[in-house]
Order: sequence, then structure tokens, then C-alpha cells
Amino acid sequence: MVAEKSSKSLFSVTLRVWRQAGPSAPGRFVDYPAADVNPDMSFLELIDVVNDGLTRQGGEPIAFAHDCREGICGTCSCTINGKPHGPGHGIATCQLYMRTFKAGDVITVEPFRARAFALVKDLVTDRGAFDQIQQAGGFISVRTGAAPDANSIPVAKAAADLAMDAASCIGCGACVAACKNSSAMLFVAAKVSQLGLLPQGQPERDSRVLAMVAKMDELGFGNCTNQYECSAACPKLISHDFIARMNRDYLMASVKATFVPVTNAAGAD
Amino acid sequence: MSLLANLFRSSIGRKFLMAATGLILVGFVAGHLVGNLQIFAHPDKINGYAHFLQSLGPVLWLVRLGLLACVGLHVWAALTLALENTAARGPEAYGVNRWLNAALASRYMKHTGIVVLVFIIYHLAHFTLGAAQAGSFKTALPEYVMTGGFHLLGFPVVAQGQVVHDVYSMVFLGFAHPVVSLCYIVAIALLTLHLLHGVDSMFQTFGLRNQRWATGLRRVVLLFSLAYFLGNLAIPGAMLTGLARPAPGTTAALKLAAAAVSTSAVQR
Amino acid sequence: MAKLDSKVPSGPLADKWRKHKTEIKLVNPANKRKYEIIVVGAGLAGSSAAASLAELGYKVKCFVFHDSPRRAHSIAAQGGINAAKNYQNDGDSVYRLYYDTLKGGDYRAREANVHRLAEVSNSIIDQCAAQGVPFAREYGGLLANRSFGGAQVSRTFYARGQTGQQLLLGAYSALSRMIGAGGVELHPNSEMLDLVVVDGHAKGIIVRNLNTGAISRHAADAVILATGGYGNVFNLSTYARQSNATAIWRAYKRGACFANPCFTQIHPTCIPVSGDYQSKLTLMSESLRNDGRIWVPKKKEDAKKNPASIPEADRDYYLERIYPSFGNLAPRDVSSRAAMRMCEEGRGVGETGLGVYLDFADAIQRLGEPAVRERYGNLFDIYHEITAENAYQTPMRIFPAVHYTMGGLWVDYNLMSNLPGLFVLGEANFSDHGANRLGASALMQGLADGYFVIPYTVGDYLAQQKPGSRPATDRAEFKQADGNVAAMTKHFLDNPGKEPVSHFHKRLGKVMWAGCGMARNKAGLEQALSQIPALREEFWANVRVPGSAETLNQSLEQAGRVADFLELGELMCRDALTREESCGGHFREEHQYPDGECKRDDASFNHAAAWEYQGEGQAPLRNIEPLNYEFTKMSVRSYK
Ligand SMILES: Cc1cc2nc3c(=O)[nH]c(=O)nc-3n(C[C@H](O)[C@H](O)[C@H](O)COP(=O)(O)OP(=O)(O)OC[C@H]3O[C@@H](n4cnc5c(N)ncnc54)[C@H](O)[C@@H]3O)c2cc1C
Ligand code: HEM
Ligand code: HEM
Ligand code: SF4
Ligand code: F3S
Ligand code: FES
Repeated sequence: MVAEKSSKSLFSVTLRVWRQAGPSAPGRFVDYPAADVNPDMSFLELIDVVNDGLTRQGGEPIAFAHDCREGICGTCSCTINGKPHGPGHGIATCQLYMRTFKAGDVITVEPFRARAFALVKDLVTDRGAFDQIQQAGGFISVRTGAAPDANSIPVAKAAADLAMDAASCIGCGACVAACKNSSAMLFVAAKVSQLGLLPQGQPERDSRVLAMVAKMDELGFGNCTNQYECSAACPKLISHDFIARMNRDYLMASVKATFVPVTNAAGAD
Repeated sequence: MSLLANLFRSSIGRKFLMAATGLILVGFVAGHLVGNLQIFAHPDKINGYAHFLQSLGPVLWLVRLGLLACVGLHVWAALTLALENTAARGPEAYGVNRWLNAALASRYMKHTGIVVLVFIIYHLAHFTLGAAQAGSFKTALPEYVMTGGFHLLGFPVVAQGQVVHDVYSMVFLGFAHPVVSLCYIVAIALLTLHLLHGVDSMFQTFGLRNQRWATGLRRVVLLFSLAYFLGNLAIPGAMLTGLARPAPGTTAALKLAAAAVSTSAVQR
Repeated sequence: MAKLDSKVPSGPLADKWRKHKTEIKLVNPANKRKYEIIVVGAGLAGSSAAASLAELGYKVKCFVFHDSPRRAHSIAAQGGINAAKNYQNDGDSVYRLYYDTLKGGDYRAREANVHRLAEVSNSIIDQCAAQGVPFAREYGGLLANRSFGGAQVSRTFYARGQTGQQLLLGAYSALSRMIGAGGVELHPNSEMLDLVVVDGHAKGIIVRNLNTGAISRHAADAVILATGGYGNVFNLSTYARQSNATAIWRAYKRGACFANPCFTQIHPTCIPVSGDYQSKLTLMSESLRNDGRIWVPKKKEDAKKNPASIPEADRDYYLERIYPSFGNLAPRDVSSRAAMRMCEEGRGVGETGLGVYLDFADAIQRLGEPAVRERYGNLFDIYHEITAENAYQTPMRIFPAVHYTMGGLWVDYNLMSNLPGLFVLGEANFSDHGANRLGASALMQGLADGYFVIPYTVGDYLAQQKPGSRPATDRAEFKQADGNVAAMTKHFLDNPGKEPVSHFHKRLGKVMWAGCGMARNKAGLEQALSQIPALREEFWANVRVPGSAETLNQSLEQAGRVADFLELGELMCRDALTREESCGGHFREEHQYPDGECKRDDASFNHAAAWEYQGEGQAPLRNIEPLNYEFTKMSVRSYK
């Protein structure tokens, strides 16, 4: 199962995987021994190999989400040994390599758990809630073709860089999975901050944060208690500073929505 | 009024309420500690101070109601948020649970909070209502006659010779019971733990915290909490260990001496 | 025989698009909401199209097999996006961008299309900046540029190493806005499995919900495919694992022509394969070649040695030797083929012998490690993460990998295929890149198609369709397509096979890479053409697809995709075999200059070959769209 010529010393581990046939089926952990693991193999490649073996033996392969396999699409989403995306700092599940483990390890693999991320099967969950939050206000309303010349809106480099830090979120949901309250604050704060930091985002800054937070609450995510588990598990190391920023923005927006006068149409008093 | 709706309904709004009430409560407990430390001075001090506070009348009630509201709001917000948080995890718990980064104190906010709430109730029953240890409650003790005046910020507020409640003796007598003192110490320790995360967390909730000075903030909070703990520990601690004894001639001194005599008589 | 009318407007090159826009038919605003448009795919091309069309008032249904539009493969593009803004004042212009793109494609693209692409490139940057895409900025707050892919001007806009991600998130935000506003109905986890053609027009699709297995029929007034490229036919590539050809392949089988399927781009700087389990090849940015020197040992015996122990005199800096003026910066195809030749000579390095060194020792000596770290630190980190090797101390190992497919469904100037009502955008069409794609131009094309071309050109078609005339989904054509899909699913699940899908995909990949990879020749292609049908037969007889059709079943998804690859691969070989010339990414060993350069045959092959399906077991028909170069002189690409 590995390159014939490999000089690496191969080892064995046990995968303890959460198996659940469907959203309402009961789930449980099942152990799968995996021999001849090459340290250069990625963790997902090991699941590939285990799955091929399962298929050949007439079993059903483990369903798991993945796509780009280079840490950018945000699809992969396993909680490994109690940490979303597994051991390692600032990486997604697909960037985890078997050399991180040692012979004899029992590796527990679970789906991202949160009420707002309904389980689909085995390790796959539905993170459509994130899309709904985006749809509530995670955008700048600009019609195609209506944009002014790009350089007509200068953006201070510091603001642009910070916005980019926030924008690098891959929407994986590890923040929710890691937070003991299943709070989506880090994800929402990243988007709110990205757009709120840029001059283009100012006109809708208040309505955006109000709408996105309202949607987040509605979808049944938990509430932040400032524990910073999220940023520690985030594969892009998005800072929880953005949460503080969003808190402030939210309060300001609420105050403004109440006290700042809106224009009256002509004739109104 | 979207501000009110947001404050009371949204997740972030309720966090704000918790932080804002938390801030007021922190202010109170800090001020209360400073007031209480007068116990180590002449009995005139704390008795005069207590009398002054009692004499404020409607203002006192306003402050009390305010504090009550704060505790109420704080606990209500904490409770609703906590319930939502438990539900947010969903039907299945993780098989393996691991903490990555969260401060120890932050993991037990609910627990420490509940203990503090219970303590507050007990404490009110103890020193404000006299329901616990009724025998040594201030109204059950002989009145205290001010030997000097009590000044606050240089203003004379309680005159010499005035007859006031003997809070000084009440506290000494109250803490003469080791069990009571220990309860206070435990409660205070847990309150300190609550503040250790709470005060830091408050800044994050208000949006006033960032990585650049997060470490500095943590240190300040740590120092504050330590000072708060030691200050509070000093009162029951000193009385329990006998480092602090009631001033001679006070009701507390007389009662404690009498009690000592009776216990030694029994022993003999 | 399909009718291939390119519909390129007449008139001077620079006026064509403007003129066309004023001449094509418009749909009455009140009527727009009566038209329903299906958009399959939400990568750069699909999201931008769906959002823009919904803004215009059309009713749009958008289908993606991903769980969210934000996960489309466009997210992975690193380098940047070109535009002719000339913000750097270095002499760039629409014409230059047009010319470079055309030449980069080795003159196998349509002049008018490429010119339009260059024209709208500027609006793309404006659009994206307004959406809040955090492009890199200079200290003055204006947009920064870099030069990329050997261009002589700095015209590439970028957002760190995550340009594709940021552009896609911009388009995704526009799409999200329209979903929120009710203009777009989003269907995630929904894979299109067949195209429905009614009276010769594309009028609907059949979709499987990947989570529930439910099959549904959807009718529309027009169908837009923006489903990306098909490089995964090679199994190992820089593509995301799930990228596939199913949508375009099934449209092909319904009558849409497939143009230039053999045009594949190989990227020279990818991390080499480490073992059989390998699922993915990771791209390392081309920018590494600016400072790294590429070499292999001169002697075969040294190939397995520790590189540090190989003295300078025994190293062959072959790019510098063969292409002295471009050296390590030789174009992607040239550089890739050179590496391949070294490995064929037995001088390839690493455990598999498939790799060459990209050495930074000189750069570190010249600039110091901090400067190198500053420039490439994140790439060195990626390399370390994957290989556990420290590239500051030992040279990186790189190898070429399949990266982009220039071929795709044939489309006219309006981006409509030969099937009326079927539009194809982005990498899925045979596009504006000719036989090779310049760096930073695919992102540009995807967004140009979606934001600035389709909103106009779809109207031209719809204006000729009666509002409300879309067919009901209980028509025979829908039933038949639906039945097809169900039959295929049933076959897979009932098949008493032994081997998992991946087994066949891996084997197909090897056949394709050997026969139709970086360098092709008659014998190799013929061999592949005999191996693929056999493999296909074996696949159908011996594939094992466990599980049921009523839940998420990833084996079933893969089986359908690999079934299509097994057919598409054959067409690619057929196309490569008939194109008796070398051009861009298509290198036929029989047709090269003595120095190993591509030898084009403009007299015989200055055309797009558009293959037309003729039915199961029949040889497809090769149609031709001649490329009439009216405005640009075709020259020989030389990088010596
Ligand atoms: C590693 C890498 C780096 C790159 N870097 C650059 C770069 O720097 N500059 C540049 O210009 N280009 C770059 N490219 C190329 C460029 O990223 C792609 O060509 C481009 O993004 C393709 O966009 P698209 O919208 O056509 O398709 P994709 O982004 O691939 O989107 C396809 C969409 O179609 C959907 N889909 C597919 N099939 C179906 C189906 N059957 N049913 C339903 N939905 C379906 C998918 O869900 C997805 O939403 C790079 C490519 C790679 C692999
Ligand atoms: C060693 C520690 C403490 C001592 C000695 C102490 C002492 C007292 C005394 C003597 C009073 C009554 C004053 C009077 O009615 O005249 C009082 C009231 C009160 N204390 Fe404390 N206290 C201590 C700690 C705390 C703590 C930790 C809290 C809060 C969590 C607290 C909250 C209160 C409150 C709410 C009142 C009622 C004030 C009022 O009457 O409105 N105390 N305390
Ligand atoms: C004197 C009493 C109290 C003080 C001074 C106090 C102070 C604070 C402060 C400052 C915070 C931080 C708010 C924030 O996160 O922004 C906080 C949080 C909290 N408090 Fe209290 N509190 C007190 C009593 C209580 C009580 C009685 C409870 C009862 C259950 C409680 C439960 C909580 C909880 C659960 C949190 C949330 C922790 C978090 O969000 O991080 N507290 N408190
Ligand atoms: S903030 Fe981090 S953890 Fe959360 S979704 Fe974004 S990338 Fe994932
Ligand atoms: S871990 Fe959870 S508590 Fe807040 S800071 Fe992160 S969302
Ligand atoms: S598979 Fe794309 S981030 Fe892991």
C-alpha cells in the first residue's frame, strides 16, 4: 500500500472512528487497525487506504469531507484526539501528516460537533449555517458593473493587511467545533471585521453586523464566553481580537440604530 | 428600541449586560473591601461608617436596589446564555474532550458564580438581616457609643458620643466561628477565581482588548485579583488565627473572653 | 455534423465587443423574471454569473456538488489575476495583455475572445475591489502589482498567496447577497448528472442530492455550465480531489461539442509524489524559480545520494545550460518537459526518481537566509509540512504536475455551445487560452465570463425564447434522462465487483500520464487508446460500490466521475493523436525543432478541433473551427 521503494520505517496505528449511518441513526466508535503506515502519508490518505480496504472486504467506507487537500477549501473537518483538525498548529485536517503520530497510537476521529452543524453521515456534517450567515449580510452590495475605478478608493496598507488576516478564514467551522459553547463568533467576527475594516464596507457596516449576529443567534450557535479555544484550533489562526472588534461594532451599531436620526422623507415631520 | 431589544435578546447584548453589571459588582466588592478593612482600625471607624451608610435612607435603598438589579441581570444573563450553550453542542458529546487554550478560571465561571450567589444570600442573612447567628447580630448587641467622630473625606459625618449599632463586634463575633470563617474564605477564593476571568473577559466583551496588550491586561487582572483575595482573606483569616483581637472593652472583647473562660472551665 | 458558427462580430478587433453589446438583443426588464436560468457550478465563473444574472432580474437556480459555493476549486488559486490597468505606468495596455495571452496560448485561441478578455480585465479589478476583496496594497493605499509568469510588465493583482480564495469569496459574497434577496435559489450538495435537451435546445438538468440521494428534475430557459476543469482524469494533479468532468461530459454525450480535449497544462513546480497512497499533488508557487536554481546530478549513480555530497562539478543546471537566456525562468511547458527528460535519463532525484532539485543555497548565500525567508517563508513552510524537509538546508525536490485543462466544451463568441441554450463558462469551456495558459489568466477568464460576458449574451438567446415556454419536467426527455441516471446508479450498486473505484482511477491516471502526459507520441497514444477501453470494460465489470443510493455515498459519486474520466481520457488521446503538431501544452515528440521546441503546423492545425459524440461505441466526429488570424501575426515562440 505504499511505494515499494520506500525507505521510511512503516508503523501501525488504530483509527477509532465515529460511525453513524445517517442523521437519525445511532452512532458509535469503531476501531480500524491500520498497518504499514508511511510517515509521509497524510492523515486523509490513511483514511483513503483504510476505505479501500473496507470496500474490498465488503464493508462500507468511512464517509469524510475533503476536497482541496491543501488547507484552503475548508471542506475537511475531523476532530482528531479531541482537537478539531487534530494535533498541529494552524493546519487543517488535510495538512496533518502521519509522522505526527507514533506506532501503536489510538487515534480518535469524530465529526465536528454542534447543533447548528447537523450530522450527515459518519464524519460529515452540514455546515450550511455558515452560508446562511453570509447571506444575511456578509457582503458589500455592489451591482456588477457599477464599481468605480479600483484605485479611486485608497485603503491604508495596515487596514488592508488586517482585513486580509480576517479574510483568510476558510469557513471550516473548526472554531465552532472547538468552542465549548459551539459559538460561531470567530467565523462571524472574521467576516464582519474584514468588511468593516475597509472603506468600501462602511455604508453597510452597522446593518451588516446586526444582521449577521441576529442570524448567528437564530441558527442555534452558542454564545462566546471568551475562552479562545476557537482561535487555537483555527487552521488559519484567525485572532480572537476580531471578536472584540465585532463586540464593539455590534454595540455601536445598536446604539446608532436607536439614537442616530434617520432622514425623514420630504413632508414628514 | 433596537438597543434594548439587542441588549436583552441577542447573544452579544446579553454578554454586554453581564459585563456591565459585572463591572458595577466589581466596583462594589472592591469598595466594600476597602470599607471592611476598617475593622482593623479603631471600632469608631467601621461603626461610624456603617452608621453613616444606614443614615443615607432612600439613597441606600436606591443603591441596594441597583445592586440587586445588577445581580439579578447578571445571573439571568449568565443562566440563559449557559442554557443556550449547553443546547448548542447538540445531541452527541465528544468522545474525547480537550482544552486548548482557555484560562482555568474561565472553565468554571458557572460554578464559581453559583457559589458566589449562594454566599451573597448567606452573607445578607448573616450581616444584613440577622437571620443567621441572630444572637450576635448587631441589633442583638448593646449599642456602641462613638468615642470620637467619624470623618469621611474630611467631612464629619458621625459625631462623638452618638449611639450606633456595634458592627465591629458583630463581625468579630461572627468570624469567631471557624466554620463561618472558612465558608467566607472559600467563597472569597471562588469569587476571586470568578474575577480572574471575569475582569479580563469584560474587556474583551467591551471590545477593549487585543493581542498587543492582552498580556499586560492579564497581569493587571492577576494583581488586582490577588490583592482582592488577600485583602478579603485578611479579615476572617486574622480573626481565626487570633492575629486580630477585638479592641479591649468592646462587646466582642467581653463576650469572647467570657466564652473563653467557660470553655476552659469545661476543660478543667 | 455540428454547426460551428463562432459568431465573432465583424469590424476592427478593438470595437468588436462594444459593437456586439449594442447590437445583441435585449430582454424586456418586465420579462426577465419570467425566465429561469440554471447555473451549474459556483466557482469564479458560476458565482459571478449567477449573482450578475439575478441582479438583472432573472430567476436563477444555482447547483453545486460542494456543500457550499465557497468551496469551489477556484479557492485554491494562489498566484494572482492579470489586468491591463497599467497602474505601474510600465507601458501595459489592453493590446499588450491581449497579445501576451494570445502568444502564450501558442496561437490556438480566438483573437476576438482574447481581446474581449483583455478589455474587461480592468472592470474585474474594479468590481472585486468594490466587493471588499483585500488585494495587496502599497503604503499609499493604492493597489500593488507584481510580475508573474514571465510577463514583462507588472500587471498581476494579488491577495497574499490566496488570490483565488479572495476573488472567489468576493463572488461568493455577491452570490450570497442575491440568495439572501431571493434572486438565486441555491442547491448545495447537488450534482448535475445529466443534461436535458428538448427540441434541440438545452432546457434542463437532472440532479442528485448527494446527502439524501434524491434525484430531481429541473427545467429552465437556459442552462449555464461553469463546472471547472477535468485535470483529474490524470488522477494525480493539483486539482481538488472532487473536481470532475461529469457535467461537461454528459452534456457532450447530449450533443455539445468538446473542443481541444488534449490541451493540458503541466505546472513545473509541484511537490513530487511520495507513494502509492498519494492523493494530491501540491503546487509550489512559480515565483520560487526567481531565486532557486534547478539541477540534477550529472551522473546517474549520484541520483540517490545526499545532494550535499554531490560536488558542484557533478551538478547539471540543465535549464541554465539549455536555455541560457531564460534559464530557470523558462516557461511552464518548456521547463516541465526538461525536468521529465532528466528523469527519463535516470538522473531524477528522491525516492521515486521522479524529481529535480530546486536549490536555494546560492540565493541564501547572496541574499542571506532572512531575505529568503521573507520572500518564500510560507512556501518553505508548506514544503516542510508535506515532506518534513528543511529547504533552507537541503534543496527542495520538485516535479511537474497536471494543473489546468485548456480544452472544454466548444462555445461561440456568446459563450453558447453548439447546443442552443447551453452556455459554458470558465475552465469548463475551451476558453481563451489556446494551447497553453499564461499564469494569472484563468481567474481573469472565469470572472470575465461570469460578470461581464454572460449577462449580455444570455439575453441574446433568451430574447428569442418565449417567456414561460420552458418545458414541463414530466416531458419524455426528462423522464428518459432521469431513467438514465437511475440505471447507472443501479448498475454500480448491484455490480458484483471486487475493486474500489480508486483502483481504476489510479490506473487510468498512469495510462494517461504515460501516453497523453507531458510529451506525447504516436506509439504512446495508440497504446493508451488500446489500454483505456480495456480498463473501462474492466471497471464496469469489476468495480465495487458499497452502500445505498439513499444516503451520502461517496463511492457512488466517485464511480460516476471515474466512469466519465474513462471515456474522456480516450477522447483526449484521440485528439492528441490527430493533432499532428506541437503547440503550447500539447507536445508531440514527432513535431519539434532540433532544440526541443514546439513545432506548430499552422497550415494544417490552425483550428479548434471540436469533437462530436456519435453514440455508444461509435467513433466521435472531429469538427473544425478554423482560427482566422486577421489582426495578429503568428510567430514562433522562442525562449532561448
Ligand atoms: C493550485 C492551483 C493554482 C492556480 N493558480 C492560479 C492563478 O494563480 N491564477 C490563475 O489565473 N489561475 C490559477 N489557477 C486556475 C484557476 O484557479 C481555475 O482555472 C479557475 O479557478 C476555474 O474556475 P471555474 O469557475 O471555472 O471552476 P471551479 O472553481 O472549478 O468551480 C467548479 C464549480 O462547479 C461545480 N460543479 C462541477 N461539476 C458539477 C456537477 N456535475 N454538478 C454540480 N456542480 C458541479 C463545483 O461544485 C464548483 O462550484 C490555479 C489552479 C490550481 C489548481
Ligand atoms: C470578609 C469579607 C466581608 C465582610 C467582613 C463583610 C462585612 C459586611 C458587613 C458587616 C455588612 C453589613 C453592613 C451593615 O449592614 O451595616 C455587609 C453587607 C453586605 N456585604 Fe459584605 N462582607 C464581606 C464580604 C462580602 C462579599 C465578598 C460580598 C459580595 C459578593 C459582600 C456583599 C455584601 C452585601 C451585598 C451587603 C449588603 C449591603 C447592604 O446592606 O445594602 N460582602 N458586609
Ligand atoms: C459579586 C458578584 C459578581 C461579580 C463581581 C461578577 C463579575 C463578573 C464579571 C466581571 C464577569 C465578566 C463579564 C464578561 O464576560 O464580560 C462575569 C461573568 C460571569 N458571571 Fe459573574 N460576577 C458576580 C456574580 C456572579 C453570580 C452570582 C453568578 C451566578 C451564576 C455569575 C456568573 C457569571 C457567569 C456565568 C459569567 C460568564 C463568564 C464569561 O462570560 O466569561 N456571576 N462576572
Ligand atoms: S475562523 Fe478559523 S476555524 Fe473558524 S471557520 Fe474560519 S478558518 Fe475555520
Ligand atoms: S472558543 Fe468560544 S467562547 Fe468565544 S472566544 Fe472562541 S467563541
Ligand atoms: S480538504 Fe480543503 S481544507 Fe482540507
